[in-house]
Amino acid sequence: MQDDGLYAALVRRGMTRRSFLQFSAAMAAALALPLSYAPRIAAAVEGSKRLPVIWIRGQACGGDTEAFLRSSDPDTVALFLDVLDIQYHDAFLGVAGGDAELARTSAMDRYRNGYFAVVEGSIPSGASGAYCLIGGRPAADVVREVCAGALATIAVGSCACDGGAPAAGSNPTGAGGVRALAGARYMALPGCPVNPVNLAAVIVHYLTFNELPPADLASRPLAAYGDLIHNQCERRPHFEFGEFATEWGDEGAQRGWCLYKLGCKGPETMGNCPTVRYGEKTSWNVRAGHGCVGCMTPSFWNAMGPAYKRLPSPVPFLPNVTVDMVGGALLGGVAGVMGVHAVGMGVRFKRRRMIAAHERAAAVPLGPLPPAVGDAGRRSEPAATVGLAPAEHGAADEADGRPDAPVGREGR
Amino acid sequence: MPRLAIDPLTRAGGSARVELAVDGGVVSDAWASGMTFRGLELSLRGRDPRDAWLLAQRICGTCTGVHALASVRAVENALAITIPTNARHIRNLLAGTMLVRDHVMDFYLSQLQDWVDVQAATTADPAATAKLAASQAQRQGQAASDFAKVQDRLRAELADGHPGVLGNGWWGHPAYRLSPEQDLLLVAHMLEAIGWQREFMRIQTLLGGKDPHPQTYLVGGMAVAPPWGGPSGASGRDHPQVPDANSPEALSPDGYGFMSGQMVSARDFVLGAFVPDVALLAAAYPEYVGLGAGPGGCLSAGEFPQGAKDTPEPLFPTGRLDQGNLEASQRVENAEFTETVTSSWYLHSGGNDTLLSGSAGQTTPAWPGLALPIQSLEGATAYSWVKAPRYRGVPMEVGPLARVLVGLANGQADLTAAIAQRVNSLNLTVDKLGGVVGRLLARSAEAEVVVQQLPLWLGDLRANLGAGDVAVADVTYWDPGSWPSEAKGFSLGEGPRGTVAHWVTIRDAVVADYQVIDASTWNLSPRDGSNLRGPIETALVGTPIADAQRPLEALRVVHSFAPCAACAAHVFSPRRDTPAEVVARVGEDIR
Repeated sequence: MQDDGLYAALVRRGMTRRSFLQFSAAMAAALALPLSYAPRIAAAVEGSKRLPVIWIRGQACGGDTEAFLRSSDPDTVALFLDVLDIQYHDAFLGVAGGDAELARTSAMDRYRNGYFAVVEGSIPSGASGAYCLIGGRPAADVVREVCAGALATIAVGSCACDGGAPAAGSNPTGAGGVRALAGARYMALPGCPVNPVNLAAVIVHYLTFNELPPADLASRPLAAYGDLIHNQCERRPHFEFGEFATEWGDEGAQRGWCLYKLGCKGPETMGNCPTVRYGEKTSWNVRAGHGCVGCMTPSFWNAMGPAYKRLPSPVPFLPNVTVDMVGGALLGGVAGVMGVHAVGMGVRFKRRRMIAAHERAAAVPLGPLPPAVGDAGRRSEPAATVGLAPAEHGAADEADGRPDAPVGREGR
Repeated sequence: MPRLAIDPLTRAGGSARVELAVDGGVVSDAWASGMTFRGLELSLRGRDPRDAWLLAQRICGTCTGVHALASVRAVENALAITIPTNARHIRNLLAGTMLVRDHVMDFYLSQLQDWVDVQAATTADPAATAKLAASQAQRQGQAASDFAKVQDRLRAELADGHPGVLGNGWWGHPAYRLSPEQDLLLVAHMLEAIGWQREFMRIQTLLGGKDPHPQTYLVGGMAVAPPWGGPSGASGRDHPQVPDANSPEALSPDGYGFMSGQMVSARDFVLGAFVPDVALLAAAYPEYVGLGAGPGGCLSAGEFPQGAKDTPEPLFPTGRLDQGNLEASQRVENAEFTETVTSSWYLHSGGNDTLLSGSAGQTTPAWPGLALPIQSLEGATAYSWVKAPRYRGVPMEVGPLARVLVGLANGQADLTAAIAQRVNSLNLTVDKLGGVVGRLLARSAEAEVVVQQLPLWLGDLRANLGAGDVAVADVTYWDPGSWPSEAKGFSLGEGPRGTVAHWVTIRDAVVADYQVIDASTWNLSPRDGSNLRGPIETALVGTPIADAQRPLEALRVVHSFAPCAACAAHVFSPRRDTPAEVVARVGEDIR
C-alpha cells in the first residue's frame, strides 16, 4: 500500500481535480457544513493516509454491508482501495478460518489505537454469548477486544445501536447494541440499514477535523440526526394544506400528497433521509410512496408502533411537537403549550449549535464563517416551516455536482 | 486424525463454520454449522400482520426484499387478497433486479477469490489482457492502459504485505490455474462490478424508496403510485399523460426512461462480462464439473408470476426432482416441508428426530453448554443453529441449479436455450450439471434470462398503466375489521439463493404464529435423524485438499451454493395450534 495520501491515490485511479472538489462539497453538504468548508475538507483529505478499519458482524442481516456497497461519494471501490484500509470483513476477506482470525488480530496489533472498529448487527448476551459465535468465540468477546484497541467504534445500522430487529418483541437471545462494549469514542449511525452517505460523512469528518462529528445524547451525529424528517420532507407543504393520501393508490397517493394519515412516522423521527436520500439521491421512502417507519429512532421496532397507525397529534396546530417532547416537557415540570412550543423550536436551533461545535472542534485554524451560507443558517430560522426551501435544494444539488437523479424534478 | 475446522467461514453472509475430516488429501466427511441464532419469528408475534413484512424483510439484507415479498404473499394468502396486475409487475421488477444483482455480485465478491489469484494478476501483460477482453465478448472491452491502472492499484494494495480484504487471499495456492492475464481480466471486472451494482440497484431505490430493504411493499399490492392523470372514469383519459407536478416519479415517463437505461447497462454487463467470465472459469476448471455434487434431490417453488391476473404462471417453473431422475418433475406440496433438530441446538417436544411440518414447527433453543471457545465440534450430537429441513424426509438442494434443472424438466424455453448453449460450448451434457460448475453455469443462465426479461416486465407495466388500469393496491381488506377472527396463510417462492417459504397465523388481527424456512436453511442444513447429510455436507465429501492449512478447494464447493448464514439464522416459533390442513399446489398462492 502506497502511503502518499488519499488525493494521490484518487488521481492514480483517474479522478479529476474537479470531481475531487465536488466530492468535498458533497461531504460538506452531508455534514451540514457551509459550502465554504469544502476546500478545507479537500485540503485535509488530500494528505490523509488510508484509515484502517476492522468490520465485525454480530447478529446481522448483511444489509449495512450492502448499504456500504452502494456508497457513491467516495465510491465503493475507492473506499476499499483508497480511503479505507479494510483489514477485516467476513463478507469480503479472501482467506478463511485461522488465517481470517489472524488478519483481524494482526491488524489490531499493527494499528493499535489507530483503526476504526465498525460493528454491524446486534450482540447477544443470552446462552453465555453462544447465540452468535465468531471463530468459536462469543461475538461479544471478539467485539469487546476489537473495540478496546480502536481509535473509535462506529455502530452501523439500528441493530448495532440498540439491538434492532433481534431485540424486538419477545426475543430470547438477549440482543443488544454495541455501546456497552465500546470505548469512549463511540458513534451510532442508526437506520435500517445505515445510509452510506452518513457513514462516509463520519469518516470524512474524522479525516478533516481529526475528531468525530458533534453528536446528540444517543451518540448520533447531529448533522444527520439533528432534525425531524417531517421538517425536511418534500411532501410537507401538503401537510400544511391538509392534502393527505387516505388510501393506498388513491388520488392523494398519485398526487404525492402527505402520508401522515397512512401512518408515516416522519413527524417523530430524527434523520436526514429527505435531504441525502438513498442510491445517489435517487429516492427515499416517502418520495417513493410509503411512509417513514421511524427506523432511525432508538428501539424503533418496539417504540414506533404499528407502521400504519396514524400518529396522534399531541398538541393541536403544532405538528412539529412530538409525543416524546410532550412527555419530556411534562417530566421536566414545564407544563403548558408554550413550554412545549419552546422545546419544538429548540430542535430547529440544533443546527446552528452544531456549526458552533464544529468551530470548537476544528483542529486546523479556520477563517471567519460567512453568515447563513447554504442551508444551515436558513433552516435555523424558526419561520421556515415549509420543509425545504427551493434554494436549499439548489445548494445541495450544486454541492454534489450531479443532476438531481433520476428525474430532476423536485415535486413542486 | 483431528478434524479440520474452517471458522469463520468467510464470504458466506454471516457466521458459519465447516469441519472436515480429511483422509489421504480428500475430504471423507463434512459438518456444516450455522453459528448465529436471531429468533426473528419470535419478534414477529403480536405484530399487525400488515407490517409483519417489515420485520420479516430483515431476515436478509443481502438478497434484500425476498422475505418482504414472501411475507406479504403469506398474509395475502391468509386474507384471500388478489393483488392488482401493476403490483405484480412492480414486484417482479424488484425481485428480478435483486436476482440479477445477487447472482453477479455473489460471483465477483463471494466466489472470485476462490478461483482467481489476485497477486498473479499483477504480473500479467496488460496488452495481452486487453486482447483477451476483446476476444471475450461483443462488449466494448477495456484498453491495455485500463488494465495497467488496475495492476498499479493491486500492486499498491499488496505492496506492504498487509493488504485489505480484497487483497488478502491464499495467493500462490497450487489449485489456482488461470493465466495471469485471465486473473487480471476477472479482477478488473470485479472492480467494475462493484461500481455497476450500485448504479443498477438504483432501480430498487426508485421503486422501493431505499435499498437495501426497499420499503414500498404492502399487503394487497405496492405503495408506488402512478402519477395523477385526472379523475377516474373521465372520458378520453390517457393515463398517465398528464402527471400532476407533485406526483411521484417512479412510474412517470422519466422513471421509465431511467429504469430502461439501467436495464440496458445491466444487460451489457451481464452478457458482456459476467456470462463470459463464468464460461472462462468453467473451461479452466473442468474437474469441478464432477466435484461438489449435492444430494440429488432438487426443489423449486417457482417464481415471477406472469400472465392473467387470476391464473398466473411462473417464469421459473415449480417442481421437484427426485434423486437420479432429472426428467420427471413432481408436484411440490406445502405440507411436505418438514424439519428436524437432531443435529441442531433446539428441542422438539416429541423428540429431536421427529420431522415436523414447516407449518407446525417448534423451536426451543437449547444451547448444550459446550465449552467456549469451541475448538472442535467432534463428538457433539448437535452442532448447528441451523435446523434440517427435509422434503418427505429427504434433503433437497435449492437455488439456481435446482431451479434450472426443474426448468429444463418442465421445458422452460429460455432456460433450456441458455443451458444448451453453455453445455454445448463446454462439451458437457445436462446430467453433468450437478456439481460446482453446474451451479456457476446455472447462475449465469438465470441472470442472462432475467436481465432480458426486466424490460419486458417494465413494458407490460407501462402498457397496463397506459390502458387506464392505475390500481397498485387492493385495499378491500385493508381494515382489520374486515378480517375473519382467525386466518392462516402461506407463501412459497424463490429468492436468488433458493426456495423461501413463510407460514402465518392471524388471530384477532395480530400475528399469532409465524414460521419461515429459508433457502440457506436447506443448503446449510446439518444431519437429520436418519444421519443423512445436508446438501453442502454431501457436496464436500470427495473434495481434494492439497494443503490442509489453506483448504481453498473446500471453499469453492461451499461458496458454489452461495450459503447465507444470516438467512439460516432464525427460528421457528413454538407452536400452539394444530397443524394447518393446507395442501395446495405451489404457485396457487403466487399472484
